[in-house]
Amino acid sequence: MTDRIALEGTLPVGAIDTRASGWWAMIFVVCTEAALFGYLLFSYFYLAVQPHAPGTFPEGGTPSLALALPNTIILLTSSVAVGWAQFNIQRDDSLRLIIGLAVAVALGVVFLIVQYFEWAQKPFTLSSTAYSSLYFVITGFHMMHVVVGVGVLATVLVWSALGYFNRVRYAPIHIGALYWHFVDAVWLAVFFTLYITPLLGLRA
Amino acid sequence: MTISDYTRAPSVGTEQPELAARLQKIWETAPGIGGWLSTVDHKEIGLRYIVTAFAFLILGGVEALVFRLQLSWSDRHLLNPEQYDQLFTMHGMTMIFLYAGPVLSGFSNYLWPLLLGARDMALPRLNALSYWIYLFAGIFLYAAFAIGFGPNDGWFNYVPLAARAYNGGPNIDFYALGMILLGISTTVGAVNFVVTFMRMRAPGMSINRVPILIWGTLTASMANIFAIPAVSLAFFLLWMDRNVGTHFFDTAGGGGSAMLWQHLFWMFGHPWVYAIVLPAMGMVSDGLPVFCRRPLVGYSAVALATVATMVLGFGVWVHHMFATGLPNISLSFFSAASIIIAVPSAVGVFAWLATIWTGRPVFTTPFLFFASFILLFTIGGVSGFMTGSVPVDWQLTDTYFVVAHIHYVLIGINVFPVAGAIYFWFPKFTGRMLDERLGRWNFWTMFVGFNLGFFPMHISGLLGMPRRVYTYAEGMGWDWLNLITTLGSFVFAAGVLMLIWNVLKSVRSGAIAGDNPWDAPTLEWATSSPPPPYNFVVIPTVQSRHPLWEDRLASRPDEARSHPHAGLVLEHGREAIGTDPLDAQPDIILKMPGDSYAPLVFAIAVTAIFIGLLLLAWWLVALAAVVTAATTVGWLWPERNLGETREPARD
Ligand code: HEM
Ligand SMILES: [Cu+2]
Repeated sequence: MTDRIALEGTLPVGAIDTRASGWWAMIFVVCTEAALFGYLLFSYFYLAVQPHAPGTFPEGGTPSLALALPNTIILLTSSVAVGWAQFNIQRDDSLRLIIGLAVAVALGVVFLIVQYFEWAQKPFTLSSTAYSSLYFVITGFHMMHVVVGVGVLATVLVWSALGYFNRVRYAPIHIGALYWHFVDAVWLAVFFTLYITPLLGLRA
Repeated sequence: MTISDYTRAPSVGTEQPELAARLQKIWETAPGIGGWLSTVDHKEIGLRYIVTAFAFLILGGVEALVFRLQLSWSDRHLLNPEQYDQLFTMHGMTMIFLYAGPVLSGFSNYLWPLLLGARDMALPRLNALSYWIYLFAGIFLYAAFAIGFGPNDGWFNYVPLAARAYNGGPNIDFYALGMILLGISTTVGAVNFVVTFMRMRAPGMSINRVPILIWGTLTASMANIFAIPAVSLAFFLLWMDRNVGTHFFDTAGGGGSAMLWQHLFWMFGHPWVYAIVLPAMGMVSDGLPVFCRRPLVGYSAVALATVATMVLGFGVWVHHMFATGLPNISLSFFSAASIIIAVPSAVGVFAWLATIWTGRPVFTTPFLFFASFILLFTIGGVSGFMTGSVPVDWQLTDTYFVVAHIHYVLIGINVFPVAGAIYFWFPKFTGRMLDERLGRWNFWTMFVGFNLGFFPMHISGLLGMPRRVYTYAEGMGWDWLNLITTLGSFVFAAGVLMLIWNVLKSVRSGAIAGDNPWDAPTLEWATSSPPPPYNFVVIPTVQSRHPLWEDRLASRPDEARSHPHAGLVLEHGREAIGTDPLDAQPDIILKMPGDSYAPLVFAIAVTAIFIGLLLLAWWLVALAAVVTAATTVGWLWPERNLGETREPARD
């Protein structure tokens, strides 16, 4: 460790880039949320390997990818849009920032609508079997996170439209974006667990 | 606008009275009820945590004394079985969740910024929020007990007993929702500690220079960040099973599993027991050496052992499930892991012993509490080590032997260090010393009472007395042991009362302490007692682990020295210095938020959500959720003076 402590020299003031306390806080919020999904998926796998009557895990047979796969792509695209918005505010391009965020919000809403149809066409309900409980609770938790994430992006969008940010001051955008990227990444884990593992043979 | 509008070269200086006066204006909380409800001062929040946790300690203690009367002899009928169930469950839950964790959060909240040479925690408003939610969750859980529906299946609340079919009242719904609410508070607090560690250390306080308390609370907080979701999820799934007909833990053919509850609970539960002892061990590691007049022996080993304990602590949860019929291979693995964890614990024990052995101990009250902790921890560690072995556990599980173990670790590693910490830091908190004579009485009463009360539990356990029974038949051979246990419990409780009495008395009339009454080495003793709202007039710089002992510890006269009273002057509004996570070199001037009602409003709204869930009143849930969201947006609205918008902050 150094003996010299650099006290002289200029320092940035306020909430700047990844030095903002809020950015660090969001990293650990994401950690705890990731752990939450970890435990949810643990519950899924734990119950999946218990004995079940044939055809009840997954209830109603292997889930169809018809809506889920395109919806996955929609969600990932929204992350790209957010990334593009982040890139543009660092170049002081507020218009592209706003467009990027708006597209991401719209895609998030589309994802929720498609999820609604996905839910509506399921032949079981929350209280049918352990599988059905797992299915709705896991996707439900994720949808809650998408709802919050859309709220976060919409708020940041409003602030951007009010002209609060420029290429130095954009910490809230990065913080909100971090959350949104997490919500998308965790969907991949959920999607893999619920839709792909039965195809790989994890079923009764 | 150019980048230079967003930067400044902070001036460097020494402590000046005018500067102190200016800082006082900037940082002080408004007088009156408004200031009380909106303050974000970590010292105020820390003290509230400690006082609230002690209130719960008293409640939990009274509950225990009542059922100890019931158990003092065979076939007594002071309590009926249902009352007994609620009392021992409330006792366990209160002690573990509402006392042991929060009291340490209180000390850490108060002490962290002072130990780190900082003006506040990284996220002061989040700090206030974590306190309010803790308070409301505690009230929520006690409301159940007050109306006669307290949780009644033990603090670990196993299904199927906790399922609707076997427990029809609202008891478990209160418990489930209260615990999720409390989990929010703990998580928020943990995030705050970790970010504070990463960002708020005084210039030069690299990670190998922080006090051990910082390591203890940091590891506990990291553990909480990863462990709390398990228990919150478990309780949420249980609440769903009970109220909307899901089948997670359903053993009646729905495809669920009661074992899933036990896994989720103990994946949280075991790391949590470390979370409620590691910060306390940290307090001993920092406090004990002061009274041995030398630095802690093996700083790096103790810091690494703290982290190692926590990491291993995530891999031993199945030792709570040895009797559930798991496959042998799994039992062997978890038994081995549980026994290995004794290694880092032993590192701590030997470091403390060596510190006493090679030091010149001064036998003050805090020393007595800290030193006795080593003995109690060793006894509790040995009984833990024993139950870590599968065949021994099969013999002892669910007997009083386990109750003895729990209390040797929890009272030994939490209550005794906390009592020592009160004697040690009370002068800093209040500017006055606790009464030393009363302190001796206090210590010896607690120590004798505790061992008299709890050591015989080992024997009643070995004689086969089960835990969680409301009474027992005569002729089992347990009567005398139980009578002694009950007597000891009351002596111990009298000792705790002496502590409280000493605090109440000395707050008014104790001897004036001065800045550093114990001649201690760390930064909290470099500022006045009690510290001003801004903690330090100028930000200290740090070159060693013992900034105030450098003159006597230096091996070379030209060694770089810390400057507790000279450094950065930050007086353009509420400001703190942000430093980088490893070396603690300054990298930003942080604008700190002022007092605010947002945390209180947020906490009330979140609590309302849980009341709605309890009553299944969906309109209330929706309404409260909207208020919560609106409060969040208002709270986080970018502020010019916090440097969150494009205009430079006004001074
Ligand atoms: C006056 C002080 C205390 C007395 C007399 C006391 C007594 C007892 C007794 C007799 C039991 C067993 C109840 C049963 O199995 O039927 C018990 C359980 C327990 N105690 Fe204490 N205790 C005291 C303080 C504490 C403290 C300070 C803590 C933690 C910090 C604590 C944590 C627990 C826990 C976790 C249980 C297990 C509850 C359960 O089985 O669900 N106790 N206590
Ligand atoms: Cu354990």
